[in-house]
Amino acid sequence: MEGKIDNNKIIKNKAAIENKAAAGDKAATEDKAMTRAKAIRNFCIIAHIDHGKSTLADRLIEMTGLLTEREMQDQVLDSMDIERERGITIKARAVRMVYKDDRGDEYIFNLIDTPGHVDFNYEVSRSLAACEGALLVIDAVQGIEAQTLANAYLALEHNLEIVPVINKIDLPNAQPGHVKKEIEDIIGLDAGDAPMISAKNRINVEEVLECIVNKIPHPEGNVDMPLRALIFDSYYDNYKGVIAFVRIKEGKLMRGDHIKMMNTGKEFLVTEVGYMLPNTLVQCEGLFAGEVGYIAASIKNVRDARVGDTITLAGNPAAKPLPGYKKVNSMVFFGIYPADGARFADLKDALEKLQLNDAALTFEQETSAALGTGFRCGFLGLLHMEIIQERLEREYDLDLVTTAPSVVYRITRKDGSTIYIDNPTNMPPVTEIEKMEEPIVNASIMTPQEYVGNIMELSQERRGVLKSMEYPDESRVIMHYEMPLNEIIYDFFDALKSRSRGYASLDYELAGYKESELVKLDIALNGEIVDALSFIVHKDKVYPRARRIAEKLKESIPRHQFEIAIQACVGGKIIARETVKAYRKDVLAKCYGGDITRKKKLLEKQKEGKKRMRKVGSVQIPQEAFMSVLKLDT
Amino acid sequence: MIPGYCSALVKEMDYYKSRAGRGYEIASIYLGGGTPSLLEPGYISMIMDECRKAFSISSDAEITIEANPGTLSLEKLKKYKECGINRLSIGLQAWQDRHLSSLGRIHTSGDFEENLLAAREAGFINISVDLIFGFPGQSLEDWEETLERVTNHGVEHLSCYSLKIEEGTALYDDVKKGRVKAVDDELDRDMYHLAVKKLRDKGFIHYEISNFSKPGFESRHNMNYWLAGEYIGLGAGTHSYFQGKRYNNAEKPGDYMRRISREEVLFENVQVISEKDKISEYIMLGLRLTRGIDPEDFKRKFKAGLPELYGNSIDMLVEKGLLCFSEGRLKLTEQGLDLANLVFVEFI
Repeated sequence: MEGKIDNNKIIKNKAAIENKAAAGDKAATEDKAMTRAKAIRNFCIIAHIDHGKSTLADRLIEMTGLLTEREMQDQVLDSMDIERERGITIKARAVRMVYKDDRGDEYIFNLIDTPGHVDFNYEVSRSLAACEGALLVIDAVQGIEAQTLANAYLALEHNLEIVPVINKIDLPNAQPGHVKKEIEDIIGLDAGDAPMISAKNRINVEEVLECIVNKIPHPEGNVDMPLRALIFDSYYDNYKGVIAFVRIKEGKLMRGDHIKMMNTGKEFLVTEVGYMLPNTLVQCEGLFAGEVGYIAASIKNVRDARVGDTITLAGNPAAKPLPGYKKVNSMVFFGIYPADGARFADLKDALEKLQLNDAALTFEQETSAALGTGFRCGFLGLLHMEIIQERLEREYDLDLVTTAPSVVYRITRKDGSTIYIDNPTNMPPVTEIEKMEEPIVNASIMTPQEYVGNIMELSQERRGVLKSMEYPDESRVIMHYEMPLNEIIYDFFDALKSRSRGYASLDYELAGYKESELVKLDIALNGEIVDALSFIVHKDKVYPRARRIAEKLKESIPRHQFEIAIQACVGGKIIARETVKAYRKDVLAKCYGGDITRKKKLLEKQKEGKKRMRKVGSVQIPQEAFMSVLKLDT
Repeated sequence: MIPGYCSALVKEMDYYKSRAGRGYEIASIYLGGGTPSLLEPGYISMIMDECRKAFSISSDAEITIEANPGTLSLEKLKKYKECGINRLSIGLQAWQDRHLSSLGRIHTSGDFEENLLAAREAGFINISVDLIFGFPGQSLEDWEETLERVTNHGVEHLSCYSLKIEEGTALYDDVKKGRVKAVDDELDRDMYHLAVKKLRDKGFIHYEISNFSKPGFESRHNMNYWLAGEYIGLGAGTHSYFQGKRYNNAEKPGDYMRRISREEVLFENVQVISEKDKISEYIMLGLRLTRGIDPEDFKRKFKAGLPELYGNSIDMLVEKGLLCFSEGRLKLTEQGLDLANLVFVEFI
């Protein structure tokens, strides 16, 4: 949802509004709140990638105004803020628009964006919980695709009113009729009067606006009840502290209110209330039941305004928080180290900054014999980790080395004491261990019927136990599995997608610990154990895993002047072995006048690569070798 | 196209003529890149005439033309001789016709034998042959046969190149997809060491990583590159190192000709070679020669000693057995010749 908005439009609106200002009613805002709610539509757009989600969002923003007339009188348009925010990319997860229909009735549209990966399923579910409806955009050429279905299922779970929209109807090979039938057959929605549009070429987009008004229900919720506001997103702003995006479910939230986070118990004084335009925040006096907006309350950390928490008033609290809150916990842990040891302080600084904005990211200093000093970082999943890694590399210009991932294991020692470990290196000797337990999740996999077989096979490979199956309708199946978390964290999601042609969706939640026969697999290079490559694995899977890792390492460790023995061992016993043969040849045969510049560049690249390697004993290990142990299915 | 291209060459000579300055003497000329021997020899002599008009060319200059077997005739060779060409570089690549066709060559070793006889008859006494080893399907025996046959024909100079499978070529894709099995490094090195030994036994001097010659027949043109000297490249896709700058001409003949005729900026990737670049190039190129680098010469040239600049790296490389000092010069060892890049990166 990267709506482009030029400020002229706001100014134009403002001028139009000023003209009418005299006629505007100045009735107390609260009295109006009930009728106001009837004019609100809160919705999201769900679509497969490239089916036109952001183009449609842009079009909706373009075709609607951004402020209602009466709001212009009430609201405090802080131009300083606009100035300040302009050019700064706000993680704009929600945009308010104003739509005036043919009858002259005005509606407020709140378009709420949603991320699209299982690592962020919880965030998606909170965003959906802030909506009453969803536009389901489908490409008239491509038809229903994987994500379309997975997202539509999610929206159905949240009881959203789904409005199908068929996009790109002007393409020569568009098959709107066929797509409509697909929608009816596969998802079970009535697509008879779905708008047939081209968002790109502005065809029939007004029909979508009408559908939003007519099909998506307006929010319910009593403005006189004690405040309950759902936080569906938040980010950290250097000037204002945490900006929390909220959906007011009941009651009202005014500037100056003393609020309480119902799940964390933290209390704050609201310094600012407002709503979002594509590039800016607009302040107002208050938000009322049914509305979507933001608050700032000098909150120093996103952990104190957690997604899913319920805001109430400290002086007049609601009896119960809204359902569905989960404290997001890091589930997967990696060691992250600077490739250049001298940049440890920069890495620390960067992680601290990212954490301000990311309640699910944790980190703690640790030391590895192979990698030096770095951090053990906790993430929601592999994708979350990849995003953070990419931001560290791109925004903070860091070169990183990461270790194999680990979950948190529970170990009971012979002396009865219990420890939790998130780094395999810390596993005590086997002789001291009474029992080991690993985290188990309840995983729900939703899939079209035809992939059930493939998914059963995959889940069995990953030690999943099928608990039950549900058949919500003829075409789809929900499979409930109990599965060890450490089987999911590697590449389960990718494998699931590839074995279901992308159609299956995954959701999982932690279900506790279960005793398990786990062993620590160590990797030794020329006899020296590389701690950063150790990991914990179920004993039934240790042999294939060991072989695979040895093979992967053989591919990624470059030849040296001497032979390198790669050994995978459990408790000192070697269970897999590969050899990197000694270097025999590294020479450029030709170097004449036309080659010099190019060959020099090649040598420079080779030198760069060498700099990025870690030395363990006498063996140079490239960054990719540490990464290669992460993805074993490919 | 060809007359236009030749007149573009002449125009480019003019460009250098006005900039070369007095005392700029050309010590060698190399007509190569593609197969210039395909041209009507009249064009070659025209180009040579224009060269002589534009530049002062040393009386004993080495003037080479590159040729593929099958593109030469006695008549052509005589014309080359007449216009001052005194060296031939023939791209034979391999002896076995089945390998030649799998390498995409249209000639046969029979063509080579014929051309070689004609060249001798025309009076060429300095003939070089290019060979490739380590291509898919070639056995050590095939390579030995190639070396044996070529040396028995009595050539003066041999270039033996280890095949590098470059990304973006059809062969690269074939190997990547497993359709073709690449020669492994072990066999590649066995082939290289075989060539070094065999050619030495036959009286060749192994003077550069991939080059061998009878005494006195080292390629003077190529020696200039390895001694980090300057050079002028004329024509599409050529590279120059002229008055402290390195650059190349437009790759495509059409672009090259257009730029020349419209007097547009001709050069691409212009790079000023700094003192630091000069030093690293001097080492990287100089170590390609088996005689290595003279530390005294280095000191005279760069006003700093090798040990001061690279003492640690040199010690480490000597320790690893890749470099050595002998007869007062710094050289690649036998293993260093196989692993030269490991040495060069330390000086970049």
